[in-house]
Amino acid sequence: MALAADTPKASFRPSMLIYDTRYRAITIQVIVLILFLLGVSWLINNTVVNLAAKDRDFNFSFLWNRAGYDIGQQLIPYTNDSSHFRAAVVGVLNTLLVAALACLFATILGVVVGILRLSKNWLVGRLMTVYVEVFRNVPLLLWIILSYTILSEAMPEPKDFKLTEAMIAEGTAAKAQMWLDNSVALTNRGTNIPSVLLSRPLGGLEIGPLSLNFSFLAIIAVLAGSIWLQRTFKRNATAVQEATGVRPVTWWKSLLVLVVPIVALLVALGVHLEYPVFKGFNFKDGINVAHSFTALLIALVLYSATYIAEIVRSGVLAISRGQSEAAFALGLRPGRTMKLIILPQALRVIIPPLISQFLNITKNTSLGIAVSYLDLRGTLGGITMNQTGRELECMLLMMLIYLIISLIISAVMNVFNNSVKLKER
Amino acid sequence: MAKSVTPFVRDAMLPQQSPPLTEKGAIKWLRENLFSGPLNTILTLLAIAALFLLIKGSLPWWLHGVWNAASLGECRSIISESFGETASGACWAVIRERWHQFIFGFYPPEEYWRPVLAFALMFFALAPVLFSESRFGRIALLSSVTVLGIVCLFGVTPAGGALIWVLSAVLLGLMAVAWAAPSKLLILSLLFPALAFWLLWGGTVWGPVVVLLGFAALALVYRVLRTYIGVVMATALGFVTACLWWYFAQGPVSAKLQAIVPFGLQHVDSDRFGGFLLAITIGVTAIVASLPLGILLALGRRSDMFLIKTLSVGFIEFIRGVPLITMLFTASLLLQYFLPPNTNFDLILRVDILVTLFASAYIAEVVRGGLAALPRGQYEAADALGLDYWQAQRLIIMPQALKISIPGIVSSFIGLFKDTTLVSFVGLLDPLKGITTIVRADMAWKGIYWEPYIFVGAIFFVICFSMSRYSMYLERKLKTDHR
Repeated sequence: MALAADTPKASFRPSMLIYDTRYRAITIQVIVLILFLLGVSWLINNTVVNLAAKDRDFNFSFLWNRAGYDIGQQLIPYTNDSSHFRAAVVGVLNTLLVAALACLFATILGVVVGILRLSKNWLVGRLMTVYVEVFRNVPLLLWIILSYTILSEAMPEPKDFKLTEAMIAEGTAAKAQMWLDNSVALTNRGTNIPSVLLSRPLGGLEIGPLSLNFSFLAIIAVLAGSIWLQRTFKRNATAVQEATGVRPVTWWKSLLVLVVPIVALLVALGVHLEYPVFKGFNFKDGINVAHSFTALLIALVLYSATYIAEIVRSGVLAISRGQSEAAFALGLRPGRTMKLIILPQALRVIIPPLISQFLNITKNTSLGIAVSYLDLRGTLGGITMNQTGRELECMLLMMLIYLIISLIISAVMNVFNNSVKLKER
Repeated sequence: MAKSVTPFVRDAMLPQQSPPLTEKGAIKWLRENLFSGPLNTILTLLAIAALFLLIKGSLPWWLHGVWNAASLGECRSIISESFGETASGACWAVIRERWHQFIFGFYPPEEYWRPVLAFALMFFALAPVLFSESRFGRIALLSSVTVLGIVCLFGVTPAGGALIWVLSAVLLGLMAVAWAAPSKLLILSLLFPALAFWLLWGGTVWGPVVVLLGFAALALVYRVLRTYIGVVMATALGFVTACLWWYFAQGPVSAKLQAIVPFGLQHVDSDRFGGFLLAITIGVTAIVASLPLGILLALGRRSDMFLIKTLSVGFIEFIRGVPLITMLFTASLLLQYFLPPNTNFDLILRVDILVTLFASAYIAEVVRGGLAALPRGQYEAADALGLDYWQAQRLIIMPQALKISIPGIVSSFIGLFKDTTLVSFVGLLDPLKGITTIVRADMAWKGIYWEPYIFVGAIFFVICFSMSRYSMYLERKLKTDHR
């Protein structure tokens, strides 16, 4: 019997490369590959020719030269004698610092606003809607520049805080006052906040470029130990619950184990605050936070919180009413309903866009350029690039670093997504 | 016989009682919406307190606004004269004095009618797309654009010329076309990019015309060859033809035509663009160009062809991984390395290209989400009908996928428009940083900050907010499921 398989095999003809869908894909890919390679080689060739015309080479050895500029805010020791590489690292850390703080505060504010916007309270709901719509629909750059301008132009000068003998005798107060029991001073040059000092530090150790701080390590170790102990209590409680059906009370044990050791350690180390004090013409002691940092942080938080609020709101709205009704029917109390039924499902909706919002926040920190914040773009892509004139190297390196940061964040998101994904048939 | 006892039977309805005081009217509303529990009461009181403080702090400032003054000092003295020594007030005089810079940058004042006309024509070009089914929406939008456009043209056109009457007649004529034969406006939509380019930058009219002829060649080649060699090949060949036309014929042909029929507008350099003119130029171009590019990238990312998929994924992930500002610096600093020596083309165009590439990666991800949300059956049904890839995309897949992704696409557009402010970092005069810095650097207006930022922010708000409302309208209109 003649079956379909018996049809004569068509011999290959060149026209099949275009008309036959089996081969057309290959044809198209080959053409695209050729075009792509041609394009890339054209770009590289242009670059080589242009570099040669300018009598320049392409190498990264300038990274080890002396940077020669100061960075106001540094998380690792840096002087203007350090290398450009170290300046870039300082910049990356500044980027990460402002990004991390902005993510944290924006999440807190965003969750609060998102929930308030859902509340039955008409007035509060409307107010939050106005806040969200106003901040979302105006460029972030405006919020950054506006907060910077207000901070640096409308705040009092340091000399306004001066309290002379004559003024004390007269009983008049200084023109400007510090806040929070003389601990925070907001001047037009920066925000002065108290610094945390240890009166009995454990000392440190220098190993090559790394410096170990034993006090810091001790604090980390104690915190990790506390959290581990608290986890153990919870696990035991769950085991008891599985066996007997009654969950033992653990909250006071958890609280004790979380609070007491760290407090004891801090007291032993002699932790105290050093307040900023007005001396001469400016504030001494404490930490002076530059307005570029504060303005960037405030603007990022206020702007991104509106997006996070919308994410939270849509996440909560996405959970159908039947879920909580079913939980109540099972006899769960509202608190446990929230914890066991609603939150796990809402988080599945909330977390992925939340993490991509974190990604956006991290990328948006590059707008610190508007207020001369020395982040990665300010150091490597700013002063270093202008000083060395190596635009190509600096820009490529900067893009690469941003790309790596973004890819790490997306990788975290993918891992999380896979772990909470609905296991469907 | 026992007397029968009739049990009580009501034979008339009781008169209706009015509901309790707490269950009707304003009191009920207040009780339910503001004071429904201790927590809500506290929240309400806090909100009222916050509102009160806000209004108390800022209301005098708004009420004491001054519109007529030559400098900030004069403003302040007028306010302290009229409202007392300590009174604060807004100095809107800076907007009155510098509005043209905020709107047009350093565009030559006698040519202001050109951007205004281009802006009005943009709505005529967009109307068939924006309100494809709602005649009412279209007519309402276009008549308000016509009226506002004519008013603005009267404001900015040099007095005593015939120009203003010609322009008004053009707008009214287009309005008549929109009323009588709306589908004819699509011709304007197709011609608009070249027309807007010519209006904004000026120069000879034949340049844009010859560019359009290149597109016509593309369309012709595509039409003729499509049935013989398939959509992809026909498009590619048409594209090659158009490129050849632009590369070889563009210069000589337009020069010839200009020599025969000299017709043109005064040329305006790119560095005179600024303010919202610049923001809208870059924003609209990038929005229009990034949508098709984004759709292609999304299709590429879902393609079965390994190479196409890899390239699309690489491009999208790279663009999404770096901040826009690095792309802008690439446009201003690095393109000189990547392009042949001595190529130097317009900074606005360079920035526009990179902003478009940037936006298209985000659009691609949004469209990919829409594509992924379609049930597999739709693809299979298209295959079963015997449609080829592009027919299936055009007729079955894209209409549904784009509908799903409308909110995401529009919010990408809003983000893109807001991001046009970043061009100030490569030396262009955007309204927010570029122009405001110039205004604030003037001795007369030194120290002013709320007023310019409020003005610029308000315009951005109006544009972005109406875009988001429009997307909601579109979502409602396209909603065809019955949930």
